[in-house]
Amino acid sequence: MASELAVEAVGLVKHFGQTKAVDGLDLRVEQGGVYGVLGPNGAGKTTVIRILTTLLRPDAGTAHVLGHDVVKEADAVRSRMSLTGQFSSVDDDLTGVENLVFLGRLFGYSHRGAKERANQLLDAFGLSEAAEKLVKHYSGGMRRRLDIASSIVVTPDLIFLDEPTTGLDPRSRNQVWDVVRALVAEGTTVILTTQYLEEADQLAGRIAVIDRGTVIAEGTPNELKASVGSGALRVRVAEAERRLEAQAILERVLAEPVTLEADPAALTVRVSDSQPASLALAELAREGIDVVNFSLGQPSLDEVFLALTGHVAETETEDAA
Amino acid sequence: MTTTTSTRSPERDSFDSDIDRVRAALGAGTRPPRPSAVSTSFTFGWRALLKIKHVPEQLGDVTMFPIMFVLMFTYLFGGALAGSTRDYLQFLLPGVLVQTIVMITMYTGHTLNKEIHRGTFDRTRTLPIWQPTVFIGALLGDAARYTMASTVILTLGLILGFRPEGGLIGMLLGVGLVLIFSFSFSWIWTALGLLMRSPESLMGVSMMIIFPVTFVSNIFVDPSTMPSWLQPVVEANPISLLATAVRGLMAGEAPMFEVMWVLMASVVLVAVFGPVTSYIYRRK
Repeated sequence: MASELAVEAVGLVKHFGQTKAVDGLDLRVEQGGVYGVLGPNGAGKTTVIRILTTLLRPDAGTAHVLGHDVVKEADAVRSRMSLTGQFSSVDDDLTGVENLVFLGRLFGYSHRGAKERANQLLDAFGLSEAAEKLVKHYSGGMRRRLDIASSIVVTPDLIFLDEPTTGLDPRSRNQVWDVVRALVAEGTTVILTTQYLEEADQLAGRIAVIDRGTVIAEGTPNELKASVGSGALRVRVAEAERRLEAQAILERVLAEPVTLEADPAALTVRVSDSQPASLALAELAREGIDVVNFSLGQPSLDEVFLALTGHVAETETEDAA
Repeated sequence: MTTTTSTRSPERDSFDSDIDRVRAALGAGTRPPRPSAVSTSFTFGWRALLKIKHVPEQLGDVTMFPIMFVLMFTYLFGGALAGSTRDYLQFLLPGVLVQTIVMITMYTGHTLNKEIHRGTFDRTRTLPIWQPTVFIGALLGDAARYTMASTVILTLGLILGFRPEGGLIGMLLGVGLVLIFSFSFSWIWTALGLLMRSPESLMGVSMMIIFPVTFVSNIFVDPSTMPSWLQPVVEANPISLLATAVRGLMAGEAPMFEVMWVLMASVVLVAVFGPVTSYIYRRK
């Protein structure tokens, strides 16, 4: 059974009234590692996760999680996976330790066993001091950690994390990332949805990009980035009158069209990664053009979508050329 | 991890060193044998009691509400309806007990409806447990609240001069019957709680059911004083039958017909609304 897929969905469809939230979606996820599901708000990510975690029945299509049908064998699916939903699933009116003891009892631990397990998890997630506090007094990051701890009271084979870092500050986000890496290191498969390209890039071995309820691209982060093209280098020169000179230099070094911005001293050029960008900056310095500031940006998710759906990004390039 | 600082470091530091412990904790999460439905029901009931412990304000409905009802009806209507408040209390108290408990059953649906809109509900729905225990457990927790309300009403009644012929045993039997009926009646609210969109709309519908059902009954006045067309309605009302049964039990009589009728109604309510609730829940 080692070869069974973590997720295999074929032709999933889900309507909500007139809206097609999921529209003929296919997905294959191997076991092991992190699989990222990337998409903007309303793309259908959460609906897909809810179908895979037995919370919603698909209108059409089939889905298997670890070899079990999510509709016909919901119970078998539930006993092998867990979900940390987009909205906190911990109980505000209970303390941290009570939340975990409650779940432990539902999994079949004795009261004492559940208590021991709860304390072990609270300790591991740095929540021991807050164990006896009501969860409504927790910070966002603490609540998230308790939520994830709740998902591993019994170690699942597969864990779904639905936008686990949305709304968290960078420090808490890093903590969640650390936990995700620990999960993977212990052999749990993680399926993670996110709106952030960076997050998928940091964690995921493979990514599916979802738009309008269907997968529009799938592959490793590098494959996706290659298909998107690149990021952008934005340079602002000290003397606006030397901008055209800078444009020529950048075009020569990077062999890419350079866009002149509305700001009379700024230029933008697409770059594949940081190395050619730093070469280009060095070349500007060598030619004696002072750079006031520069920035190197990942393509935003908007750009990824534009590129994947094949519209604006190309037009822009043509315009500039 | 070799040095220890004298002051407690901020959260970040304490957590960083714990990633190894997260891994250890993951490795230790072996699955115990699957618990029985009875055990999971009691776990949900236990959670309901914990919430009462942490948020005691929510007991307002099972303490203030009954006190208000007993005092209001006894002193406002007692003189007019039975000549004296003390005489009226003997008639009224078992009825107020029925009315109050039946009324507060609607909070079952209200609580459930609020839970649905939170992630906690998703968590329990993705657990490998026999799912109806979610409701059974919640209703067990509610039964504890009904017991509290009953205690409040009877205590207040005794203070005001309620002296039932059936004594303590009669009162306990009466309360027991009310609890059985309320537990069963609550299944209507679990079904509605799952169907309605918001706690507010649910409250509206609950009130529309509860008010006529409890007031168009023999709780406050003897039906023989009502117009003839209304009498059969009042007498057929299950709440009237329950009130009559509880009055009988507390008076030390054995109202077999009414008691059997209430028990039958309870079985039917669970048999109908239990599966309906489960069906809506599974389809949601």
